[in-house]
Amino acid sequence: MSTAARPLASLGELASAARHDPTDPNAPCKIEVDGLNFYYNNTRALQDISIKIQPHVVTAFIGPSGCGKSTFLRTLNRMNDIIPGTRADGRVLIDNVDIYKSGMDVVQLRRQVGMVFQKSNPFPKSVFENVAYGLRINGMAGSTSELAGRIEESLKQAALWDEVKDRLHDSALAMSGGQQQRLCIARALAVRPDILLMDEPASALDPIATQRIEELIYDLKKTYTIVIVTHNMQQAARVSDRTAFFWLGRLVEYDRTEKIFTAPAEKLTEDYVTGRFG
Amino acid sequence: MSIRWRRGVDALFQGLGLLVLLVALACLGALVWDIVSDGAGRLSWDFITSFSSRRAQQAGIWHALTGSIFVILVTAALAVPIGVAAAIYLEEYGGRSAAARIIELNITNLAAVPSIIYGLLGLGLFVRMMGMGRSVLAGASTLALLVLPVVILSTREALRAVPGSLREGSYALGATKWQTIWHQVLPVAAPGILTGLILALSRAIGETAPLITIGAVTFTTFAPDSIWSSFTVLPIQIFNWVSRPQVDFHANAAAGIIVLVLLLLSMNAAAIWLRDRYQKKGAV
Amino acid sequence: MKRFEFVIEWGLFLCALLSIGTTIGIIVVLTLETVAFLRDVPIAEFLFGTEWTPLFAMPRFGVLPLVIGTTLVSLIAMLVALPMGLLSAIYLSEYADARLRRIVKPVLELLAGIPTVVYGYFALLFVTPLLQRLIPSLAGFNALGPGIVMGIMILPLVSSLSEDAMRGVPSGLREGSYALGATKMQTSLRVVVPAAFSGITAAFILAVSRAIGETMIVAIAAGQQPRLTWNPTVPVETMTAYIVQISLGDTPQGTLEYRTIFAVGMLLFIGTFGLNLVSAWLREHYREEYA
Repeated sequence: MSTAARPLASLGELASAARHDPTDPNAPCKIEVDGLNFYYNNTRALQDISIKIQPHVVTAFIGPSGCGKSTFLRTLNRMNDIIPGTRADGRVLIDNVDIYKSGMDVVQLRRQVGMVFQKSNPFPKSVFENVAYGLRINGMAGSTSELAGRIEESLKQAALWDEVKDRLHDSALAMSGGQQQRLCIARALAVRPDILLMDEPASALDPIATQRIEELIYDLKKTYTIVIVTHNMQQAARVSDRTAFFWLGRLVEYDRTEKIFTAPAEKLTEDYVTGRFG
Repeated sequence: MSIRWRRGVDALFQGLGLLVLLVALACLGALVWDIVSDGAGRLSWDFITSFSSRRAQQAGIWHALTGSIFVILVTAALAVPIGVAAAIYLEEYGGRSAAARIIELNITNLAAVPSIIYGLLGLGLFVRMMGMGRSVLAGASTLALLVLPVVILSTREALRAVPGSLREGSYALGATKWQTIWHQVLPVAAPGILTGLILALSRAIGETAPLITIGAVTFTTFAPDSIWSSFTVLPIQIFNWVSRPQVDFHANAAAGIIVLVLLLLSMNAAAIWLRDRYQKKGAV
Repeated sequence: MKRFEFVIEWGLFLCALLSIGTTIGIIVVLTLETVAFLRDVPIAEFLFGTEWTPLFAMPRFGVLPLVIGTTLVSLIAMLVALPMGLLSAIYLSEYADARLRRIVKPVLELLAGIPTVVYGYFALLFVTPLLQRLIPSLAGFNALGPGIVMGIMILPLVSSLSEDAMRGVPSGLREGSYALGATKMQTSLRVVVPAAFSGITAAFILAVSRAIGETMIVAIAAGQQPRLTWNPTVPVETMTAYIVQISLGDTPQGTLEYRTIFAVGMLLFIGTFGLNLVSAWLREHYREEYA
C-alpha cells in the first residue's frame, strides 16, 4: 500500500476527465472487490459482491434499509473487525493490495481509508485537539507550527476554517450539527487518506447544512476518492458520478449515475428509483 | 372471603410493610441519638490531636486518625493501578473469552468473602511469607485485595458508559486499541472511575477485622511515619475503647465513632458531588 | 508499535489474573496452616468435639461450640432480617410511591454503610441494656443483642436484592392478577414473590453468608466464652470472634494455638464460599427465566 506521494494522482485526473465506463476492464481502479461474502456469525449479510471503483470519482451506494450498503462500506476499511463474530470471504483490493490478507496492518489501512459516520462523533475535546489527534497518533504531528499548519489546511479543506479560526480551543461539542460533521471530515482529511468513506453523512443534518456538505464533496473529489452511502436518492443523483444499487445483500446494478436514474438495466433498480418500494 | 375482609387484610399487610420501614428508620435514629449523646461531649480539638493514653480523659485519636488516612492512601496507591488495569482488560480486551469469564466469576465470588478471611490471607502472605511484618504496607496490601473487586466492578461500569461512537471515531483515524483507550476512553471515564474508587475506599476506612488479624496494634503512642512502621486505625481504637469496662472509655469510643462517621460522610459526599458534576458535563 | 500493544495487553491481563491469585492465595494460606493443624489434632476431634479450649493447659479442639455460637447469632439475625427485609422489599416494590421511596432508599443505604464497629457499640451499650429491662436474666454479653443488631444491618441487603428480583418480574403478570380482582397483597404474595423466588432465595442465602462472616458486632457484644448452647441470653463465642481474640493476643506464630485461627478460618471460608456459589447459581438461573 503506497504511503508515499501520489503516483496515481495524474492517472486519476485522466480517469475523471475521460469519464470511463465502469465496466471497462482496462479502466484504472482504486478499489476492486471480487466475490466478497460477509457474515455476521452465521448470517450472510453480503453475497458475492464484485465491483470496481475508480479514483477521483464519487460513488454512491443506494438501496433500502438493511440491504447491506453500510456493511459493505465498512468492509473497505475493516471497521467491521471491531464487531465480534464477523467474517469476510473474498478479495478486497485497494491499490491492488488485498486488505484482507493475513498480516495486513489494519491500523495503517484506516489511516489510508478515512471514514465519516452518520451521526457525527467529535471527541469531547477542543476543535484543535480533534483534528490534531489523528496526526499525533499516526506520528504525523511534527513541530508545533507544522501541526498548526496542517490543522488549518484540513479545516479549510472541510470549509470550516472561517467559522472556527477564532475558536480553535473551544469545545467541539459546542458547535452545531453541521459544523460538527464538517469537523469530523476535517479530522479524517488531516491524516491524508486516499479514500474517504462517508456513511450517510448528512442524514442527521438540516437542508442548508446538507447542501454545504454536498458542495464539499464536489470539491473534495478532485483530491480524494469518495464512496458515499445514502438513503436519499436525490442526494445520490446530485452528488455522485457512479451509483451502485444494493438489495438484500447483493449488488444489483452499478453504472453511471445518470443511467441508473434515467434508464436502469434492471427492473428492480427501476422499481426502487421510481419509488415503487423502499 | 368477602371483599371487605380481603381489603382489611390488605390494609393490615400494607401497614405491616410501613411498620417495618418505620422500625428501620427508628433504629437508625436510635443509633444516631445514642452515639451523639454519648460522645458529643467528649468531642474537641484536643481529642482529635491527642495520642492514646491509659487515662480516658487524656486519650485522643490522633495516632489512629493519621494511621487510618495513611493506610487508606497506600491502599489506594496499590488498588488503583491494578484495579483499573484489570477492569480495562476485562472490558476492552477480554470480550467473551473463557479466561475473561472465569476471572469475572472469581471477582464476583471474592466480593462476597468475609473480610476477616482477607485478614488471614494478609497474615499468612504479607506478614509472614513476604516478610512485611505488621506494617502499614501489610495492612494496606490486605485492604487493597479487599477493595479490588469493588474497584474493578465500578471501573468497568464507568468504561461501559463511554459511548461506542467515540471508540469508532478513534479507530477510523488509524488509532490502535491502546491509543484509543488512553487518549479517548479513559479521560471520559475518569470521573466515574474516581467516584467508584472513593466509595470503595470509604468502605475500607471502616474495616476493622482484617487489620486486627494482620496485627495492627491497639495501643500505640505515635503516628506511623513510614510504610514499614506499625500502626493502628480509627475503628480499631474505637473497638479497643468499647472493650474496656470503664464508662469514660465508652465516651471516647462514641466520640471516635462520630469522627469516623464524619470522615465517611465527607468521602461519600465527595463521591456524589463528583458524580453529579460528571453527569452534567458528560452529556455527549 | 505492535510489540508495544502486545506488551500492554499482557500487562493488563496479568493485573486481571491477580484476582485469581487472590483466591488461590486464600486457599493456599488456609490449607497450609490447616493441614499443619490437623497433624496435631485429628479431624474428627476438630469437627465433632464439643469443647473448645485451645489456650488451656489441657487444650481441647472441638470446634462445635464456635459453630453453634455462629449459627445461633446468625439465626437470630435472619429471624430479623429476612421477614423484615422481604416485607420492606414488597412494600417498596408494590406499594410505595416515589416520594416515600426517595426517603426510604437513602435510609436503607445509610444503614448498610455504617461500619460494623459502630453497630457493635450500639449492640453492647444500647441494645443489650435495653433488652435487660425486658429480660432481667440477660447477661451483659449474649447472642440476642448482637443478633438483632446484625439483623438490622443485613436488612437493607435483603431488601434491595429482593426488590431487584421482584422488579424483574414482568408487569404483565401483576396486571393479570389485578384484572382477576386480586388485592395488592394477594398479588404480591401469590404472584410476584413466587415468580421472583429464585432471586429472593439467592438474596436470603447471601444474607446468611454475610451473617456468618460478620466479625465486629459479635467480637464486641457476644462474648468470648465458647459454649455449646442454644440459649441466647448467655455469652457465646463465634468463629469470627475467636479469630479476633487470638489475633489480639500474644500468641506466637507457628504454634498450634496460632494455627487454630486458620483452621477455624478454613471452616468459615468453605461455608461462606459454598453459600455464595449457590446464591450466584440461583441468580444466573433466575436471569435465564426472564431474559
